[in-house]
Amino acid sequence: MTTTLTEAPPPLSPTAPERTPPRRRGRLTPYWLLLPGILWLVLFFLLPMVYQASTSVQTGSLEQGYEVTWHFATYWDALSAYAPQFLRSVVYAAAATVLCLLLGYPLAYLIAFRAGRWRNLIMVLVIAPFFTSFLIRTLAWKTILADGGPLVGALNTLHVLDVTGWLGWTAGDRVLATPLAVVCGLTYNFLPFMVLPLYTSLERIDPRLHEASGDLYARPSTTFRKVTFPLSMPGVVSGTLLTFIPATGDYVNADLLGSTDTRMVGNVIQTQFLRVLDYPTAAALSFILMAAILLMVTVYIRRSGTEDLV
Amino acid sequence: MEQYEPDRLFPAHPAAVRRGPRSARAFPTRRSLLRSGAGGVLAAGGLGTLSACGIPPAGSTRGGVPAEDHSAKEKRLVFSNWTEYMDVDDSGKRHPTLEAFTRRTGIEVAYTEDINDNNEFFGKIKPQLAAGQDTGRDLIVLTDWLAARLIRLGWVQKLDPANLPHAFANLSPQFREPDWDPGRAYSYPWQGISTVIAYNRKALDGVEVTSVSDLLDDARLKGRVGLLTEMRDTVGMTLLDMGKDPGRFTGDDYDAAIARLQRAVDKGQIRRFTGNDYTSDLSKGDLAACLAWAGDVVQLKADNPDVGFLVPDSGYITSSDNLLVPARARHKTNAERLIDYYYEPRAAAELAAYINYVCPVDGVKEELAKIDADAADNPLILPDKAMQARSHAFRSLSAAEETACETKFAKLTGA
Repeated sequence: MTTTLTEAPPPLSPTAPERTPPRRRGRLTPYWLLLPGILWLVLFFLLPMVYQASTSVQTGSLEQGYEVTWHFATYWDALSAYAPQFLRSVVYAAAATVLCLLLGYPLAYLIAFRAGRWRNLIMVLVIAPFFTSFLIRTLAWKTILADGGPLVGALNTLHVLDVTGWLGWTAGDRVLATPLAVVCGLTYNFLPFMVLPLYTSLERIDPRLHEASGDLYARPSTTFRKVTFPLSMPGVVSGTLLTFIPATGDYVNADLLGSTDTRMVGNVIQTQFLRVLDYPTAAALSFILMAAILLMVTVYIRRSGTEDLV
Repeated sequence: MEQYEPDRLFPAHPAAVRRGPRSARAFPTRRSLLRSGAGGVLAAGGLGTLSACGIPPAGSTRGGVPAEDHSAKEKRLVFSNWTEYMDVDDSGKRHPTLEAFTRRTGIEVAYTEDINDNNEFFGKIKPQLAAGQDTGRDLIVLTDWLAARLIRLGWVQKLDPANLPHAFANLSPQFREPDWDPGRAYSYPWQGISTVIAYNRKALDGVEVTSVSDLLDDARLKGRVGLLTEMRDTVGMTLLDMGKDPGRFTGDDYDAAIARLQRAVDKGQIRRFTGNDYTSDLSKGDLAACLAWAGDVVQLKADNPDVGFLVPDSGYITSSDNLLVPARARHKTNAERLIDYYYEPRAAAELAAYINYVCPVDGVKEELAKIDADAADNPLILPDKAMQARSHAFRSLSAAEETACETKFAKLTGA
C-alpha cells in the first residue's frame, strides 16, 4: 500500500503537469496509528504468552526453583489426566451456545423488526445485567435455583426433574450442583454476547428484501429460511464464537453452581495454579485449551463459509 | 542457563540460547525481556526467550536480605488482614482497638482487608517475595500451613522477643509449639480456628448427625453434605473419624482417608467442596450438614436459630491464622509492637468479643466477661480444658508431601 502511494503514477500525457503524489509525508502514519495497539498487545498478550509457554516446559518446585528443561511430556500428561474435564468444557460450552442461539435469535429478531419504539428499552434490558458483577449475577442463580425455592418445587411437581434426572442432567430432586445448573448459568451469563451481534446483523437487512420476497409469493417461513436467516449468518457465526470461546474457559459457573462431577478445565487450571502450585501443568493446560479452541473455531469458520463477521 | 544438559536439548536450542539474552540471571527483568524483544529474539529465537524465563529457587533469598528497619523514623505500619477480622464500631468504619494502639504508640496503621483466600494471596505476593522485593506490607495474616511455607521459603523475618513481652507471656499453651515454628520465632497467632460439624436443624429433618461418618455415609443426607476445600480440615476431620491422629499420620493413612472420601463423592453424597460460601448454603438449607469453621457458626447461629454445631467425639481440627512480617518489610519493630499490643488481655478481649474465633491469648476471660458474659463462657471462643483436650492440629508437611497431598485432594474435588 505504501509503495503504491510513494511511486509517482506515470504521467497520463506529456502535457499533464507533473506533480508529487499527495501526502508523501504520511507514509509512516499507518504505523504510528498502529503503535499503541501493537505495544499494548506485546506487553499484555505476547509477553505473558511467552512467559506461560516457557512455564509449560519447565520442571522444578517452588523450593528448588523452576528451570526450562523442555519437558514436553507435561502436555501429554496434562491432556491424558484431564481429558474428561476438557470434554466436559466443550460439551457444556456447546450446549450453552445452542441454548443462547435458540433464546437469542427470536429476541434479536424481535428487537430488530418488531420492537418499534420499544427497541431501545429492550436493548437496555439486554445490556443491563452487565451493570452488576459477573459473580453477583451467578450467585443470584443459587437463590433462584435453591432446593427449597419455588422454581425447583414447581419443576418437581411437574416431574420435569425426573426426566432431566433420567437424562443425567440433574441429580435427585435438585438443580443446583448439577450439570443443568452449570449450563443454565453459562447460558445466562453469555446471552448478551449472542444477542448483540445477532441484532446488529438482522438490523442491517433491508426491509425491502422481505417485501420483495413476499411479492414473489414466498410464505413468511420461506422468507425467513431463504432471505432473513442466510443474511444473518455473520451475526450467528460471531455470536456463537463470542459465546462458545469464553464459555469453554469459564470456571466461575462450574465452581458456584456445580459439584465435583461438573468441574471444567478452567477449574482444573485454577486448582493447579493456586492450590497444587504445579505451574507447568497449569500453563500446559492453558495452551492445550487455546489450541483446541483455535482448531475448533477455524474448522467452524471454514465450514460456515462466512467471510465477514458482522 | 549454566546447568543445562546438552544431550537433552533440541539441536536448535543451544543456538537459540546463544542468540538469546545472555543475562546470567535466569529471572527476566522487564528490561531484559524488552531488550531481547528488540533483538528480534521473539521472532527468530523464541526458544531462547522461553528458556530465559526460569524461576530461581525460592530459598535463595533466605538470610540474604537483612531488612532495613525504618520503624524509628517512620511511625507507620501497613497491616493486611482478612475481611471482617477486626473489631469495628457502630459506624462500621473505625476500628477501636487499632485506634487505641495509635493513640498509645503514635504509630499510624494503614489497615487493609485485602486477604480473601490463602492461595490467591500467596499468588499475589509470591512474585515480589521471590524476587527479594518489599511487598509493601509490614504485617500479614496467613493460615498456619501457608505461614509454614513462607517460613520454609525464607520469606518472612524473624521476630525479636525483646519487643514481644506480652505475647511471650500470654500466648495460650495450645498454640505455643506448632511443629512448623517451634517456640514462635517467626509468627504469632492472630486467631485460632476450630473446624467442627455444622447443621441446619430444619434441613436435617430429624436425621441425627454425630460424626463425620454420618456425613459421609447416611443415605438420607445424600447430596446435601458439604466439605471444605481446605485439604487439612476435610482430610484431618476424616482421619480423626478413622481413629488416626492428624498430628502424626503416615502416607498410607492419608491415602485411606482420601479413598474413604472418594467413596462418598462417588455415591453422590457430597454436594460441594466449599470455602466460606457454605454459610449461605447452610442458612438456606441447601446443605443439611457440613464441615464448618466455628467462628462462622457462632455468627450464623445468631442470624438463624436453625443452625447448630457439634464437636464429634473423635475430636476436631484446630488451626490458626498467624501474624507474620514479610521479608523486606520496612517497619518490623512497629509490627512487633502491634503484635504485642493484641496480646494484652484488654485488647484481646475486645477483639474476641467482636470476631468470635478462638482467642489465642491466656487470661482474657475476666476482661471478656466485662464486655460480653456469654462470649466468655462460649467454648468456641475461649476453649475450656475439655474442649482443648479434643483439639488436634494437622502436622506440617514437607514441600514434596504437600504437593502430593494437594494433588490427591484436587483429584477428589474433581481436579
